[in-house]
Amino acid sequence: MVRNFPPEFVVRVDREACINCLRCVRECPFGVHEYDREKKTWKRHHEKCVACLRCAYMCPTQAISIERSPMEYAPHPVWTNRVRKDIKTQAETGAVILTAMGNELPYPSYFDRLVLDACQVTNPSIDPLREPMELRTYIGRKPEKVELEEEDSSIRLRTKIAPNLKLETPIMFAHMSYGSISIEAHLSMARAAKEVGTYMGTGEGGMHVELYPYADHIITQVASGRFAVHEEYLKRGAAIEIKIGQGAKPGIGGHLPGKKVTEEISQTRMIPEGSDAISPAPHHDIYSIEDLSRLIYALKEATRYKKPVFVKIAAVHNVAPIAVGIIRAGADAVVLDGFRAGTGAAPQVHRDHHGIPIEAAIASVDRRLREEGIRHWGSIIASGGIRSSADVAKAIALGADAVYIGTAALIALGCTVCKKCYTGRCAWGIATQDPELRKRLDPEEGARRAANLLRAWSHELKEILGALGLNSIESLRSNRDRLRGVGLTEPELRVLGVKPAGE
Amino acid sequence: MCGLGGILNRYGERMSGREIIRMSCMMRDRYDGRGGGFAGYGIYPRYAEYYALHLFFRDELAKERTEELLKDRVAIIKDERIPMRRVKEIPQENIVWRYFVEVPHRFSNRREYLEKEEDYITELVFTINDCIDGAFVASSGKNMGVFKATGMPDAVAEMYRVEKYRAYCWITHGRFPTNTPGWWGGAHPFNLLDWSVVHNGEISSYGTNKRYLEAHGYKCRLLTDTEVVAYLFDLLVRKQGLSLRSAAIALTPPFWKQIERMPEPKRSAFTALRMTYSQAMLNGPFAVIITNRDTMVGLNDRIKLRPLIAASSDDCVYLASEEAAIREVEENINRLWAPRAGNPVIARLDEEVREEVIH
Ligand code: SF4
Ligand code: SF4
Repeated sequence: MVRNFPPEFVVRVDREACINCLRCVRECPFGVHEYDREKKTWKRHHEKCVACLRCAYMCPTQAISIERSPMEYAPHPVWTNRVRKDIKTQAETGAVILTAMGNELPYPSYFDRLVLDACQVTNPSIDPLREPMELRTYIGRKPEKVELEEEDSSIRLRTKIAPNLKLETPIMFAHMSYGSISIEAHLSMARAAKEVGTYMGTGEGGMHVELYPYADHIITQVASGRFAVHEEYLKRGAAIEIKIGQGAKPGIGGHLPGKKVTEEISQTRMIPEGSDAISPAPHHDIYSIEDLSRLIYALKEATRYKKPVFVKIAAVHNVAPIAVGIIRAGADAVVLDGFRAGTGAAPQVHRDHHGIPIEAAIASVDRRLREEGIRHWGSIIASGGIRSSADVAKAIALGADAVYIGTAALIALGCTVCKKCYTGRCAWGIATQDPELRKRLDPEEGARRAANLLRAWSHELKEILGALGLNSIESLRSNRDRLRGVGLTEPELRVLGVKPAGE
Repeated sequence: MCGLGGILNRYGERMSGREIIRMSCMMRDRYDGRGGGFAGYGIYPRYAEYYALHLFFRDELAKERTEELLKDRVAIIKDERIPMRRVKEIPQENIVWRYFVEVPHRFSNRREYLEKEEDYITELVFTINDCIDGAFVASSGKNMGVFKATGMPDAVAEMYRVEKYRAYCWITHGRFPTNTPGWWGGAHPFNLLDWSVVHNGEISSYGTNKRYLEAHGYKCRLLTDTEVVAYLFDLLVRKQGLSLRSAAIALTPPFWKQIERMPEPKRSAFTALRMTYSQAMLNGPFAVIITNRDTMVGLNDRIKLRPLIAASSDDCVYLASEEAAIREVEENINRLWAPRAGNPVIARLDEEVREEVIH
């Protein structure tokens, strides 16, 4: 049968400019460029191109350009090109379609339909270059009230305060495991987190020894595979996160193929070299909220109640009562991962069709925790599809305490969102363990860029606060009065707790 | 722009409303006539042990329905129309009535009786404001009352005959509303139990504060941001037992940079207050005067975006938006100063006034 499968991209090479240096052949991890040394002829395998753009940027004469293939099936509004390609792929392989990064279907974005307020006349805006502007955020349990001993001018605290993470900016690097991404990528984020005064997550792959110097700015993860989980590991990090689910693939587990389990990864994950690393869908010791509570307290006991324990869930339909249960079960923060969250590998059907938007999840969890009078028991960390400082501001105004960024952080490190992380052949040295490819990411340069991104967003957040006439991020938290909806329906506005523009 | 003023007689000696009216008139430029008001403490000595409820009714029906509710919930000791003059500047939109009530004794056999009783009255106030269309509780404290309406403060004073009341503590407010429609209930002072607040500026953190208060059972329905100040003081001081100074630290905390420079144990205390009460923090440009039965507090936002002047004489402590208002009524000023951003000025009966240095 003819394989009638148009390629997505075409690689165009300017023959006049090309000097036959063969750089593109070495640079492309997917084998797009092929040169026959005997016949001195070129062949470009367009169907293998993923538009990572590596070759185009490495070509010394800028001879290469990557374009979207003009060849497509006849247009049809329902049987789109993508639908037809997916069916053909599955007819060919008989398998689940694997993909990476976040949800690709054109669901509307609530962030893009929420606008922020600004000051005019009656309440002066504040210039962050002239006035102090505060972004510090504490993540963890707060007491209901503070008791003090006071005498004349002296003041002494009597309430015991639970351990909290101190963030100098309400943005952290999301959990992405060593194994799914390279140690260079991990090091870049760890250094940036420490430098800026925030935190990064290890993901479920454990903490490589090279990260130990940054451990006080690292959140360790306990996931269903329980890789690397031992007392030292838990005590080394600043906080512990139990991962129940993730937004990119709610309800399913993970799988790191044995061929990616190199010696270093095997040591860090504490599994035999070359063995598949399987994270089951559920934790095999958590089948109810009581079980979760026992794990939370087991981890707290193991760390002498010195580390906050977070619980991460995918934002699903019933997210509010689940999050309330998690906080009541003893978690110091609940991490909500929205349906746009990225991943290194997920079945396309899960990535694109499960879960709910993070904006709705934040709003309903914040509301429910308040209704139950336990909002101060735990913080809300939002993640999944946060693209800019404006998204951060809107997430906080809806009720989040802080956010995690994953995809945005990788983009800062050079990722072009080619969605091929699961192949382990990342052309930019991020989602790969190949020693040659890894060299492409210099952790020092990576750290500088990741830190710059945090600084730039923090700076913009300060400007946003200034325009709102606020000089501290806590006055934006849950301040939905400073948001308005544009083009949202009544029920959507009700869920988000915001008024329509003009009202 | 609005204008604020307050006088507290340190020895609890009562003075007529004349001086506070003069203070208010001195700041006429700051008002536009869409709201003015006064609160006086010590005005009902004969009924001092009863809650004095000042109510606005839009019509007889609202009054009937409210009275039904009152009869069900409290014992009415006395009720009467609040004596008023006709003034041409203010259309008589409302029936204005006062009730002296007590909580029936069937609620009194518990230990934390006083607190419960105050919560009971709070609940009653919220129920009236919330559920009875056209009824509004202007004040609910003991031996005090709020007189307010849509109009210039001097006209409001004239209408309510404010000069005929005698109080040891008076506050006033004239309004230039920019955020909410002018209506009688929306004029200042705002009151809950013994707490009254007058406010100049805007609480830009209103949404955050409101949601924090709602999680603690308060209902913010007055279409204005000032009410949160009264409720926050009620929550922090009355319910949670913070001192006025600590409440001020929670509401207008020093910047983190300043906190970091503090010695222990002060730093831990300030850090805990700021962490815990982050959503109670008041942000935006404001000056407020908060009063209760024995205290008057002046407070500015953390970068002082609205004016507030404090002064003291041998007997009295003054707070006002403008120095001229204080000089108008007091010749023998011992001390007059502009309190620093975020520092509360605390004046109490029988105590020397002090500016608490928290910043
Ligand atoms: S890298 Fe550029 S110049 Fe070198 S062979 Fe490839 S297309 Fe030609
Ligand atoms: S991390 Fe690498 S493989 Fe994954 S999307 Fe980004 S560039 Fe592509």
